[in-house]
Amino acid sequence: MLQRLQHLLGIEDLTREQISFILDQAKPFQEFHRHPLKKLATLRGKTVALAFFENSTRTRISFATAAARLGADTMNLQAESSSLKKGESLLDTVWTLEAMRPDGIVIRHSSSGAPEFIAQRLGIPVVNAGDGTHEHPTQALLDALTVRDRKNTLDGLHVTILGDILHSRVARSNIHLLSKFGAHITLCGPAMWVPRELESLAPNVRRVSHIDEALDGADVIIVLRVQTERMHEPALAPEEYILQFQLTPERLRLAGKDALVLHPGPMIRGLEIDPSVADGPQSCVLDQVTNGLAIRMALLYHLVGGAASEPASGPGMAGKDK
Amino acid sequence: MLLIKNGRVLDPSSNTDATLDILVDGPRILRVGPDLTASHVEIFDAGGMIVAPGFIDLHCHLREPGQELSETIETGTRAAARGGFTAVCTMPNTQPVNDNASVTRGIVERSAAAGAVRVWPIGAASVGSKGESLSEIAAMKEAGIVAVSDDGKPVATARLMRQVMDYCRALDLPVIDHCEDRSLFAGGVMREGPRSIRLGLRGIPAQSESICVGRDVEVVTLTGARLHIAHMSARASLEYVRAAKQQGLQVTCEVTPHHFTLIDEDVRYDSHYKMNPPLASGEDRAALIEGLADGSVDAIATDHAPHHPSSKDVEFDRAPFGIIGFETALALALSELVRPGKISLLRLVELFTTGPARVLGIERKIAADEPADLTIFSTDQVWTYRTSESPSKSRNSPFDGREFRGASMATIVAGKIVYRR
Repeated sequence: MLQRLQHLLGIEDLTREQISFILDQAKPFQEFHRHPLKKLATLRGKTVALAFFENSTRTRISFATAAARLGADTMNLQAESSSLKKGESLLDTVWTLEAMRPDGIVIRHSSSGAPEFIAQRLGIPVVNAGDGTHEHPTQALLDALTVRDRKNTLDGLHVTILGDILHSRVARSNIHLLSKFGAHITLCGPAMWVPRELESLAPNVRRVSHIDEALDGADVIIVLRVQTERMHEPALAPEEYILQFQLTPERLRLAGKDALVLHPGPMIRGLEIDPSVADGPQSCVLDQVTNGLAIRMALLYHLVGGAASEPASGPGMAGKDK
Repeated sequence: MLLIKNGRVLDPSSNTDATLDILVDGPRILRVGPDLTASHVEIFDAGGMIVAPGFIDLHCHLREPGQELSETIETGTRAAARGGFTAVCTMPNTQPVNDNASVTRGIVERSAAAGAVRVWPIGAASVGSKGESLSEIAAMKEAGIVAVSDDGKPVATARLMRQVMDYCRALDLPVIDHCEDRSLFAGGVMREGPRSIRLGLRGIPAQSESICVGRDVEVVTLTGARLHIAHMSARASLEYVRAAKQQGLQVTCEVTPHHFTLIDEDVRYDSHYKMNPPLASGEDRAALIEGLADGSVDAIATDHAPHHPSSKDVEFDRAPFGIIGFETALALALSELVRPGKISLLRLVELFTTGPARVLGIERKIAADEPADLTIFSTDQVWTYRTSESPSKSRNSPFDGREFRGASMATIVAGKIVYRR
């Protein structure tokens, strides 16, 4: 029996079935993006609040586009213009948004747990668009969709995550998600950013110090951005990082020709990834962006539009948008 | 006069465990003995209850002066009385900081006027608790402080600590330190470990505390002062204290009820689980309980830290540290320590009475001519803690709604019943 989602706060508490369900729901939306007319009426009359308390370009645009293509209206709150700058508390801000009666709220916030905090206090669905160094569930879902499309399965893959794992919400969500499908996960990066406690996040997670060993036999490589804005310690010299951890064509060969390269973006070419890898045939970065739209449409459809339709019956978009 | 009849008197100072009556005349105890009688007295039947010397809390924040939105001497001491405390030591991190005699006198006067229980102020070790120069410790001692501390932060440097200790040794005052290496603390919000990694919350390693405890013990070997470690949370810190005690140094320590009850794995995105020091690992908790049992830990102290709901009802990493603790301390000690057989009831009483008294260099006992400060409690009374019913102005407790067995039944300060269940 599939447990209906009320919010999407993280991957950790989802079941494998719920994840597969979301990925399946995203399939028709992937097709839909190839249509010349990209607008549905599914969520017409619904409003989605986009509360981005932390700067974001791609995720915010992705959610806004997903909502628009479903026919929903959006309310935008951005960090720079937010009343938080004037000292208003998060709770007061979201209560103000709620008073305008949105049907769901998408939140990005620099504090881990902020989406859960507001979900406990609001009566509408909450979607976590990235919270602090905790989770970024839609990123993990779009990564999973991307991998599943190319590999035809998510089961038992060897996945290597490269970079600053400690400060990465993308890494946490990916570890939770992939391990539910039996993945063998290898973490590799500067030692102070790959603490041993990460191995307790999920089964079959190991740490490897040398990138060559980490890439050997990998089916999927997720390259993380070095998040200097989240670090309290002095940053590592870029030259040191490049020397030890940059994904170069030579290193990629250790993983084999079929290995996929993913990057959540924004990507710093020449730092964590060599440009020729970023643009190479194994790179999935643009698919990830397109799949992000499909995943977010599926989620908004499910969470915001869910009341009106049966959750297991699929979007049924063919009937509704014509 | 007040006659307390039929109670089981537990007094660690004399190892007394017997059914005795206590006759109180004015602020002092007149007689203690079996089957006392007297005419024209108020009788308190303590049958089935424990009668103990008055509980002392070595560590609390009453927030007055300056932060009366969170707590006042009046509301805080009423909560303390409900918890069975007859005297509470209030930390100096008020606004202004209690770093001079006029602030101390203000606290003493306000407490005499509005306090439900005795309030013993602790003075700041350094001016403004800024860690730069010594505060007016001698003048504050004349005004009534019982110890010094820069609580909320550690005494900043070993050099300043040496000066504070030298000075306080001559004044016969204990130095209480909030042990924390600020560089390792580095903006952390919970204990570093698997749970902090999972929640994506910045971790504080246990070593942030124990490094500072080690430093302080070293400075005691230099100065011979009395050092008391506040709210100790880590096994490694306890090892330093044990070793110091074995060397005959005057080093004592306290543990809070939340640290012997909860661990880091209990932490959720709920700021009622955010305190400093943070909830420690299960291993640390076990070590603290062992220390409470074997005598290495001298006192249970609440670190009652009220914060107004509006300041706590925020994102975890933005919330202030601390929880309220007066009303749950005894019940938690009974349920976490006594009932599972970790410590005896007499030892529990010691940790709330003679233990903290010894830290302050005073006596605590039930005997003729002693102040009539008594805590009467039940080990069986079943009740539910509800912050909404607390006299405290704050509500920040992770134990809201928890059902307890064992409760304070009456709190007597200077012969007056200041709280009765």
